[in-house]
Amino acid sequence: MDFATLAPFLVGVIISGLVLGFVYAIIALGYTMVYGVLQLINFAHSEVFVTGAVVGFEIFRVLADNPMNGYLKLLIALIAAMAASGGLNVLIERLAYRPLRNAPRLVPLITAIGVSLILQDLIRIIEGFQGRFDLTYQLPQGFSTPFCGPESSCVSVGNFLSKIGISLQIKEVVMVLVALLSLAALNYLVNFTKLGRAIRAVAQDRVTAGLMGIDANGIISLTFLIGGALGGVSGVLFGLKFGTVNAYSGFDPGIIAFTAAVLGGIGSIPGAVLGGLVLGVIQNLIGVTNILGDALGIANLGVIDSSYQRIGGFLVLVLILIFKPTGLLGRSNVEKV
Amino acid sequence: MKKTSILALTLIGSLALGSASAQTSLKIASLSPLSGGQSDLGSQIKNGAQLAVNEYVPQFKKLGYDLSLTGYDDQADPATGTAAARKIAADTSILAVVGTLNSGVAIPSSAALAPSHVAMVSPANTANQVTDRGLKNMNRIVARDDAQGPAGANFMLTKLKAKSVYLLNDKTAYGEGLTAEVKKALLAKNAKISGDEGTEEKSDFSAIIQKIKLTKPDAIYFGGIYNQVGVFVKQLREAGVSIPLVGGDGLDSEQMVTIGGKGSDNVYYTTVAAPADALPAAKKVADAYSKAYGKDIQGFGIFGYDAAKVVLQGILLASKDNGNKLPSREQVETAMRKVRATGLLSGTVQFNSMGDRKAAKMYIMNISAGKFNLDSTLNVKSPVN
Repeated sequence: MDFATLAPFLVGVIISGLVLGFVYAIIALGYTMVYGVLQLINFAHSEVFVTGAVVGFEIFRVLADNPMNGYLKLLIALIAAMAASGGLNVLIERLAYRPLRNAPRLVPLITAIGVSLILQDLIRIIEGFQGRFDLTYQLPQGFSTPFCGPESSCVSVGNFLSKIGISLQIKEVVMVLVALLSLAALNYLVNFTKLGRAIRAVAQDRVTAGLMGIDANGIISLTFLIGGALGGVSGVLFGLKFGTVNAYSGFDPGIIAFTAAVLGGIGSIPGAVLGGLVLGVIQNLIGVTNILGDALGIANLGVIDSSYQRIGGFLVLVLILIFKPTGLLGRSNVEKV
Repeated sequence: MKKTSILALTLIGSLALGSASAQTSLKIASLSPLSGGQSDLGSQIKNGAQLAVNEYVPQFKKLGYDLSLTGYDDQADPATGTAAARKIAADTSILAVVGTLNSGVAIPSSAALAPSHVAMVSPANTANQVTDRGLKNMNRIVARDDAQGPAGANFMLTKLKAKSVYLLNDKTAYGEGLTAEVKKALLAKNAKISGDEGTEEKSDFSAIIQKIKLTKPDAIYFGGIYNQVGVFVKQLREAGVSIPLVGGDGLDSEQMVTIGGKGSDNVYYTTVAAPADALPAAKKVADAYSKAYGKDIQGFGIFGYDAAKVVLQGILLASKDNGNKLPSREQVETAMRKVRATGLLSGTVQFNSMGDRKAAKMYIMNISAGKFNLDSTLNVKSPVN
C-alpha cells in the first residue's frame, strides 16, 4: 500500500477518533467536575449520561413527525436532556452521597456503584414497559447526510475533505460544535464568574469556604447540576453519533471517559478534554493496527485488530500513570492535614 | 437424581392411574431470551411454542394430562441459561424443552439437562457443536452452520459476484462458528478475504468502517445478531459505503430494520426459519399469532411453533410406547430421536442419529426499503445421516 492511499486513510482515522474523543471528553468533564469538588468518583455518572441519551431519544421520537427545523429539535433535546440529567445528578447527591459525606472514602464509592446499578434497571424497566430495549434515534432529515458531499458543488472544507477521501457527516460537525460550545461555557463559568470562584473555593477547602459565607452544600448541589447537565449533553451526542442506546450502554463509554479523566489529570477541566481526545484517537488507531502492519510489512501487527481497541486506551493510561502519576495536565495535590 | 426423578414420575403416573378422572399436570418448557437485547427473537420462540401447545391441549386432555408451557428466560447468556436449565431439570413435571435461541447458550444448557434426560429440540441453534457433541437429549430442526455458511458464501460469489469479502463476527459461539464456515467456503473458491476480525463492540464501529473503505471489498459478511449488525450497518451507510452486507439467521428480525433504518437496505441473510409467506400452511398460524400477541409472526416464531410440535408429538409417541401411561423423561428422550413429526409449517421432521434434521431448507432473504423479501431457497442435507 502506498503513501497516497495510506495518508488520507490515517487522517480519516484520526478525524473519526477526534469526533469520538469529543463525546468521551464531555462525559469525562462530568467525572472531573464532581471529583474536583468532592474528591468523589461518581460512578453513577455513566447512567446519568444514559438518562440524557434516553430523554434525547424520547424528544426525537415525540417530535419525529413535527415539521419543525431539525436543529430546533436538537436544541430541545439537548435542553431537556440537560435538565433531566442535571436534576437526576442533584437528586443522587442529595440521597446517596450527602448522608455519607463524612464516611470513609470507600463508602461513597460503593454507594456510587450501587446507584449506578439501580439506575440501569430503572431505565430498563421504564423503557421496557413500552416494549423497547434498543432505543433508536429518529434523527431529522439531513443529519446523516455527508458534510457537503461530492454531489454538491459548494467550495468548502467539507468538499475538500471528501475530495481527498475523508467523509464527515453534518451531525458529526454539529456534535463537535456542541461539545466545544459546552466546554467554552463551562470554562467561562468556572474561571470567570463569581459562582465559579465559589466552586473553586469549596473544592479547595469546604470548611473554610463555609466560614467565608459560601453555602457549601448549595455549591456542591450546583456542581452536581452542572456535571449532570454535561452528562445530558454527552448522552444526546452519543445517541446522535451511534444511533442506538440502551439501559446498559453507559458502562463502556463511562469507563473510558473515567479513564480519560484520570489520563488528563482528574479534577482538571482541560485535562479531561485532552484525555478524551487522546483516548478517542488511540482507540481508532489501535483498531486499524492490522492494516498499518500490512502496509509497513510488519507481520505481527496483523493480529491486533479492532477487538483490542479498548485495551489500547488502558495501556496508555498505565504508561502515563507510571511516568506521570498526576495525569497529563494534573497538578499534584498536597495532602491536607 | 436420575432414580429419584424416575421414581417421582412413576409415582405421579400411578396416581394418574388411580383416579382416572384426575388430570395429571404435564409440562414442556421453552428456554430463550425473554429480556435484554435479543428478547425480540426469544419471545417469538416462546409465543410460537405456546400456539402449538394451545393446539394440543385437547388431545392431551383426552389422555388425562393437563398440558402447559412454562417459559424460561436465558437472557441470551450462557450462565443464565444453564441456571434456568437446572431449574427445568429440577421440575419433574417438565418432560422436554423447546430452546434455545443462541448456540452459545444451548451448548451448556443441554449438557446441564443431559444427566436428567430432558430432551431438547432447538428451533434456532446452528453451531455445529450443538449436535456434534453426541448428546442423546439434544436435537434441532434447523440446518447447521456447515450448511448455512457455504450457502451464504456461495450466494455472495454467484449472485452478488463478489470477488473479495470483508468478514466480521461477534465473537460468540454462533458468530465465530458461522463466519469460520463462510471463510472456509470462500477460500475453497479462491475468493479474496479483505479482512477478518471479531468485535464485541456495540456502538462505535468507526475503525472497522475506515478499514472497509480502504480495502474496498465487494461484500461484507457479518456473523452476528441484529442488535449489533443493525448499528454497524447504519454507521456503515452513513459513512457512504453501500456494498451488500450478508449475514446469518441472527439478522432475522424486524428490529434489524428499526435499528438499521435506511442502512438495512441491500442486506441479505441466510436463514433456516422460513418467512411466513413462503409457507402456505403458515397463514392460519400467522393469523393466530398476531391475534394473540398483537405482533406479526417472524421466522423464529414459526420455528418455535414447529419445534414445540415435534416435542409434543415425541411425547405422544413415548406415551404410546409406554402403553398410554405417562412416559418417563428417558422414554421421551428416546422417542424424540425416532419421531416422524408431521403437520409442521416447515415440512416433516425426522432426526438422524446425531439429532440433526435429516433434510432442512435454507432461505436467502433480502431487505430492501424496510421490507423482507425471499430471494431464493436451497435444500440442505445434514452431513451425517
